[in-house]
Amino acid sequence: MSELALFFEQVWAILWKDLRSEFRNRQMLIGMGMFALLVLIIFNFAFDLRVDNKAAVAPGALWVAFVFASLLGLGRTIAAEREQGSLDRLLLSPVSRKAIYLAKLLGNVLFIGIVELVAVPVFAILFDVPLATGLLIPIVLLGTLGIAAVGTLFSALTASSQTREMLLPILIFPLIVPIVIGAVRATGSLMIAVSNEPPWLGLIAAFDVIFLSISLLTFEYIVDE
Amino acid sequence: MSGPYLELRGLKKSFGLKPILRGVDLDIQRGERVALLGANGTGKTTLLRLLAGLLKPDGGTICLEGVDVRREQQHLRRQVGFVGHQPYLYTELSVLENLVFFGHLYGVKQSEAQAMKLLEQVGLGQRARERVGVLSRGQLQRVALVRALLHSPDLLLFDEPDTGLDDAGVALLEKTLQTQAAQNGVVLFTTHQLEHAFAFSDRMVVLHQGRIVFQYASAALNMESFRRAYQKVVQ
Repeated sequence: MSELALFFEQVWAILWKDLRSEFRNRQMLIGMGMFALLVLIIFNFAFDLRVDNKAAVAPGALWVAFVFASLLGLGRTIAAEREQGSLDRLLLSPVSRKAIYLAKLLGNVLFIGIVELVAVPVFAILFDVPLATGLLIPIVLLGTLGIAAVGTLFSALTASSQTREMLLPILIFPLIVPIVIGAVRATGSLMIAVSNEPPWLGLIAAFDVIFLSISLLTFEYIVDE
Repeated sequence: MSGPYLELRGLKKSFGLKPILRGVDLDIQRGERVALLGANGTGKTTLLRLLAGLLKPDGGTICLEGVDVRREQQHLRRQVGFVGHQPYLYTELSVLENLVFFGHLYGVKQSEAQAMKLLEQVGLGQRARERVGVLSRGQLQRVALVRALLHSPDLLLFDEPDTGLDDAGVALLEKTLQTQAAQNGVVLFTTHQLEHAFAFSDRMVVLHQGRIVFQYASAALNMESFRRAYQKVVQ
């Protein structure tokens, strides 16, 4: 078997294991989903949404829900393996650390994506906003990828810390600011057309590439001793 | 005569300011079973974790068949099978799913068939489809043993593998170690049971305060005399 084929077999094996484990207990997915829905409901009641300010408030509420819900899942990415002791067994095997990162990242993107699939229709109903779903998909996909790329890396960094629940948001939030700003503005532009808008999707994609590259290169130094 | 399979020279490891290993020198030949003894906190587990590549030494070298493992970490990982005193399996997955998962990580061909064959050998063939969470402590340790053997490693590192095993489990462990040595493999294991150390090993090595203070062929030792001397050292 070639090195590349083995690499992707390892990525798939870890991803399959994570999906299988999560779909059997569903604790994390239910927690993330409930959290996202609650944030949307609270925002809906907290703001006086009129037609003229909806486009300014609603995208922010949507992305706050996504980011907060994501943090719940991201925090468990490596911490769950470490608590079970299975991280050592994973690191003992001749698996590329890049394969571990990639599998964990894909798992996070998938879990966050499932939550987003549930949250977006609820958002559209609660906030009564027209959403061009076809155009929203690339924004959500790229935004989620960026958040998950940073989150997966830092979940490994904070996994052994007793204060990881506090530490993870403190580390992640400053880094994902550009992605969140880009995603909020791009989502807003779907509701009200604005002329001369910067290419937000391009900005998010650029940050995704930067975060992914840095994470892939540094992950092994974080998970290995 | 060819060199040792495993060669440790001046191996040092500290955690923070506390030195755990203060310069360990050890050679192990192919086909040899070595029991590593010592009181709690003398560095036995640290030594095994260094050999498994889970920790990096602060000083000294580890050579496997003459190759420094720092240059060939993946080569080392492919050759090592590790059993700790905790099995650390994925509780949401079945026994077979756990083993097939690790089989994929090691690139084992036909990992399901191989896993089933080994599970039959340890008496867990009937429980392959059950979730790991429902198994007893001893059964989990047997699954961990199968996981360590799945990729046919040359070097078995067992950290108190007899923990939680009943008599049948201990007999199984002994057979596994014998088979490994008979197939020209190498076994390094830790235990607090002197009887097991005598029965399962070709050589006894005693670690004390981060250094090897004694090593001798097990067959040439008298267990009671050794026990008295050993207890003086560990106390």
